[in-house]
Amino acid sequence: MFKYLKQLTSLVAMVAVLFTFTTESMAAKKSKTLKNTQKKGFVRCGVSQGLPGFSNADAAGNWTGVDVDVCRAVAAAVLGDANKVKFTPLSAKERFTALTSGEIDILSRNTTWTLSRDADIGLTFVGVNFYDGQGFMVRKSSGITSVNQFKNGISACTNIGTTTELNMRDFFNSRGISYEPVAFEKADEVVAAYDSGRCDTYTTDKSGLAAQRTKMSNPDEHIVLPETISKEPLGPVVRQGDSVWEDIVRWSLNAMIEAEEYGITSSNADSMKTSDNPAIKRLVGAEGELGAAFGLDNEWSLRIIKQVGNYGESYKRNIADTGILPDRGPNQLWTKGGILYVPPAR
Amino acid sequence: MNFKLKDLGPQLITVIAVVLIFGFFTYNAQINMENRGIDFGYGFLSQESSFDVQFSLIEYDGSHSYFRAYLVGLLNTILVSVIGIIIATIIGVIVGVARLSPNYLINRFAAYYVEFFRNIPLLLQIFFWYFAALRALPLPQDAEAIFGVFFLTIKGLYVPAFLWENFNIFLYSIIAAIIAIIVIKIQAKKLQETQGKQIPVFLISIGLIFILPLLSFLIGGVNLSFEIPKLKQLAATSFVYDGGLSLPPELIALTLSLSLYTATFIAECVRAGIQGVSKGQKEAAASIGLTPNQVLKLVIMPQALRIIIPPTTNQYLNLTKNSSLAAAIAYPDLVLVFAGTALMQTGKAIEIVSITMFTYLSLSISISILMNWYNKKIAIQEK
Repeated sequence: MFKYLKQLTSLVAMVAVLFTFTTESMAAKKSKTLKNTQKKGFVRCGVSQGLPGFSNADAAGNWTGVDVDVCRAVAAAVLGDANKVKFTPLSAKERFTALTSGEIDILSRNTTWTLSRDADIGLTFVGVNFYDGQGFMVRKSSGITSVNQFKNGISACTNIGTTTELNMRDFFNSRGISYEPVAFEKADEVVAAYDSGRCDTYTTDKSGLAAQRTKMSNPDEHIVLPETISKEPLGPVVRQGDSVWEDIVRWSLNAMIEAEEYGITSSNADSMKTSDNPAIKRLVGAEGELGAAFGLDNEWSLRIIKQVGNYGESYKRNIADTGILPDRGPNQLWTKGGILYVPPAR
Repeated sequence: MNFKLKDLGPQLITVIAVVLIFGFFTYNAQINMENRGIDFGYGFLSQESSFDVQFSLIEYDGSHSYFRAYLVGLLNTILVSVIGIIIATIIGVIVGVARLSPNYLINRFAAYYVEFFRNIPLLLQIFFWYFAALRALPLPQDAEAIFGVFFLTIKGLYVPAFLWENFNIFLYSIIAAIIAIIVIKIQAKKLQETQGKQIPVFLISIGLIFILPLLSFLIGGVNLSFEIPKLKQLAATSFVYDGGLSLPPELIALTLSLSLYTATFIAECVRAGIQGVSKGQKEAAASIGLTPNQVLKLVIMPQALRIIIPPTTNQYLNLTKNSSLAAAIAYPDLVLVFAGTALMQTGKAIEIVSITMFTYLSLSISISILMNWYNKKIAIQEK
């Protein structure tokens, strides 16, 4: 009997070690950010200080917009309730510091994905929720209809701390036009200065121009020129170093886009559980074990679709119906002539 | 030995505490930055900045380095501070003296000005002068010329530019005039001390500072012509002035609000200084036969200045630091250019904020040292 005791002990020890190993790796999968979020009971989300269609608060303090919906989707997936989000309005200058210092866990604030931001400053971009490009707005009465009519000495109002300042220089320099950059810290002051006549043109992302136009004293007096001078893929950002959290945010966004592709909407999501298409069944949690991969249950994506809606619903509610950009342009599914194409959820 | 230890102990503990606290913060920042994959270093200063700045005193565009952008911001901060300090001092002295005027209208007006401007937050005043004034100013094509050569428009104040010929000769003539004035002043003092004679130094100085540069025009080959700004059309309703010098409305609004605000505090310092000199001094000076001018110059002012200088130094420091509010109205100062755009483009938050803080600290300490030197110079010299 004693003869085997030693072997038995070592077996028990081995099993114990193995067991701790597995629980350890399960815990590691439950990332620190995910754990903290579940403990706190809300998702900490950084948004803009007010950009209609993307992230904007109404008089009662309710946030709406396509950027806001990304955070709501994550809250629905992780906490089961799309309203459990704490929004922190940030200026362009503050946004990255707020994220890297841990004040927020997702930055969803019309932020352009560039190499230096992705590689340099401790951030990871998880996807694109709006394909944009920089454009110019001018007064209709100026008679300017194209950027080719810009002349030496033109003054351009814009925001500091954005890719806009760099693109503007590239643009004017490549055409050999001398210009006066007038850069403000906040968007409201840019609009006020341009509106008063301080600048001949106002330049930022075209979606931003369309949104800010609605804030002008007389929106009909201004037009956005047709030319686009840069690529501005806007998307949510997370801190570097928490790959599980990164995956959750990425796939929450992807789930919304894929749901639109398969025609799953907030109203028909439940009935889709009995669909014949396995891809649809996976997305509404009736098949497969997709949620387990990042420590969530199987209905994470179903909750996103039911509570926030698919990408098309979010776009329509926030950007199209508000008259900002009724035409979806490149932000249309690849099956309908746009460039929205996400990896399959399987 | 015991006595020394008692003396040194608290100092030593303070030093250790300071080192430990700073060490902790540095260590903490280092660990956290490492965890998040953020590099620390000042190498970015030599990289190309690739953004333009609206207004610069030195040659700058996006092809220069971040360090050059830092200099641009620093010089703009110094520019607005120096102009602000000069204007605030002039307004402050006038208003401070006016508050003591026996004329009811003048002293009430000065009092209302002080109470009004010092009790409204500065940021609001900056916004007011910028946006209210901006809306009130005409578009370039509607602007009326002031004296035929100045144009005050929404896009800025356009003034004629000076085009110099042989500018260095003109400069030498001014330097020569200043040296001559100093020599005459020393001689005049000697003359008064040895023979009791007085010569009108002030009038001679004024004469010199005008006549010498004038001579440089007549016989030195110096020539000055003006380039008057001309209206230029950019588009159907879009105009701008070309040529000449242009002062952006951001600079004008910022200087105006900073100096009007700070002048109220300086005015109070001046009033306190003058009232702080006892009446007996004035009466005693008059009784030994000094003229009212001499009473002011030789008796009242030297004593009043001792009271005025230290609190006024504080106001100069405040003005310099308040100039960082420039970022709100797009004046490209150190905070907007360096701690704003450059910080965003590089993501080097700790480095840039620490450089900016250190710069403001150095600026403030320089002003302090200068003012303390002046204060010491006019302090009572005990013999």
